[in-house]
Amino acid sequence: MKEKTLPAVDSANNLISRDPEPGEVSETQGASETQWAVRTSNLSKAYGEIIAVNAIDLGVAAGETFGFLGPNGAGKSTTIKMLCTLVRPTDGQAYVAGYNVTKNRDAVRRNIGLVFQEPTLDSYLSAEQNLKFHADLYGMKRSIVASRIREVLEMVGLWERRESKVSTFSGGMKRRLEIARGLLHSPKVLFLDEPTVGLDPQTRSSIWSYINNLHETEEITIFMTTHYMDEAEYCDRIAIMDKGQIVALGSPAELKGAVGKDRITMEVNEVQRTIESIDKTFGIRAELREGVVSINVEDGARFVPRLFNELDVPIRSISVSRPSLDDVFLSYTGTTIREAESAGPADFVKTMLAAQARR
Amino acid sequence: MSSASPVINPALGIAPITVPTKSMGGSLRAVKIVMQRELIRFREDRIRIVTTLLQPLLYIFVTGTGLSVLTRNNSIVNLRTFIYPGALAMSVMFTAMFSAGSIVWDREFGFMREMLVAPVSRTAIVIGKGLGGTVVATFQAVIVLCVAGLAGVPYSPTLLIEILFEAALLAFALTAFGIVAAVRVTTFQGFMGMTQMLIMPLFFTSGAMFPLSKLPTWLAIITRINPLTYAIDPIRRAVFAHLLIPASVREIYAPGVTWDGWRVPTIVELVIIAAMGVVLLGIGILQFQKVE
Repeated sequence: MKEKTLPAVDSANNLISRDPEPGEVSETQGASETQWAVRTSNLSKAYGEIIAVNAIDLGVAAGETFGFLGPNGAGKSTTIKMLCTLVRPTDGQAYVAGYNVTKNRDAVRRNIGLVFQEPTLDSYLSAEQNLKFHADLYGMKRSIVASRIREVLEMVGLWERRESKVSTFSGGMKRRLEIARGLLHSPKVLFLDEPTVGLDPQTRSSIWSYINNLHETEEITIFMTTHYMDEAEYCDRIAIMDKGQIVALGSPAELKGAVGKDRITMEVNEVQRTIESIDKTFGIRAELREGVVSINVEDGARFVPRLFNELDVPIRSISVSRPSLDDVFLSYTGTTIREAESAGPADFVKTMLAAQARR
Repeated sequence: MSSASPVINPALGIAPITVPTKSMGGSLRAVKIVMQRELIRFREDRIRIVTTLLQPLLYIFVTGTGLSVLTRNNSIVNLRTFIYPGALAMSVMFTAMFSAGSIVWDREFGFMREMLVAPVSRTAIVIGKGLGGTVVATFQAVIVLCVAGLAGVPYSPTLLIEILFEAALLAFALTAFGIVAAVRVTTFQGFMGMTQMLIMPLFFTSGAMFPLSKLPTWLAIITRINPLTYAIDPIRRAVFAHLLIPASVREIYAPGVTWDGWRVPTIVELVIIAAMGVVLLGIGILQFQKVE
């Protein structure tokens, strides 16, 4: 696994912070606005009664790969759309590449690249024509267009297919072309909204190898959303978003460290008896999650022999894992991401409405 | 897995902006590429070129020839020649509307977003679409002009240039009309249906299929209100001015548009069409600013 460390970033921001200080933005705005690729304070968006994004404070340093994690309907896409100037915030401020997203929309747009969840290519045009269109729309210097198109197409391995119509491309090729297009005008910040959703595992990993290599070829900050936990591991820092708010912020290692406990999961025949027995013997609350009994303990490796010794129920299989981002998500939101996913957006709206009613 | 090298580049903060700031030149370039995309798509879409050519051919050769039976013995003018300007106009109208319909297509299939997040004004996008549709529909007129001889229309250079100019104005006005119609429609199918619903009544009440004199009052009024009348009439008058026929016959087939007895000059008719186009495009731009 890779463990990236972030040098020289505002330490307060780099720590796990459930509650960043709202004053930070205005203080740093003048002198160091270029140091932050993305900076928000109190950023909010309400659709009528429903608050999709609730007072987000965030700082993403230049050069970082920043992940936005959360179930569907958590407010990730709305946040990204506000940062990309596609949706106007109902409250708060956001600066991208040093420019205000509401007051300086065109300046923000010139400095960002976007790859959306839904395809935005013209399938009637060739790969090259799509890029040419983008170059002209963004007013790129004519003398560099051809060489830059070649550069980005080679980067995503589509140079040989440049003259093929996009309609003949597979899902993975289209996504790669979208990434190439997002990079074409050398943006300072690349926004990727669920860049690998709906792709097969092999294509997903190849997309990730492109994204990881970007830092070597481009001076770029990557801001992405995902709901795949394994993908979030690639990020320098991640923010977990739930119900319109950021509930955790930090590097994957930090977040996992904060959870602390190892997870022991076991397959058993008699679930209820096992849970009761664990409670009686060790005073630990076991839970049935996704078909297996799971418990969280300080030192999993040492606990397993005790479990075998003292527990009088049959165990078919057992495994010990260091905290994963799944556990982080679970500990901050009270649910695993898969459970949150299956609850669906309709449920989210209900929750939001209930939250409204309580106020 | 990538190396554990530091990911922060201290120089990044002062990296130069590679995309220049907004300018007139930038807007023109955006207009041009949006327009070019329409041309590329038209060129690639050969089926569309053929189908939009089929329609005027049916009008000219089937309807025109069929109706000629009625007038065979007492007419020196071929009815195919009479119907030709209307058939040409119809071809231009459908091509222009379909081209404007690409706005709906773009929105339905996501490409619109690529344009909306670009650092260009929406005005530039709409003007690009308008000019693209104009050029494409004018090109369609060129194709229809190629078969003019078969309808008894002489291949006179001055006539062809005049018709082409008038067809271009019509193309522009219809594209602008199509853009206004397309802004709020969400599916391409819906747009196609609407196109049929809007164009057919316009076409049939424009004098495309009958002379504009000696009409019953109700129909005369409708034809004078219909803007399309002022696009088809100049084309027909131009065609008939180039036929070697007695003035009295010309007066029957191409009497021109009259307002309370005053014959509207061609230049006024063309100004009407051009003004329609400009006003509609302006409305389209305004509407386009509002949609998110």
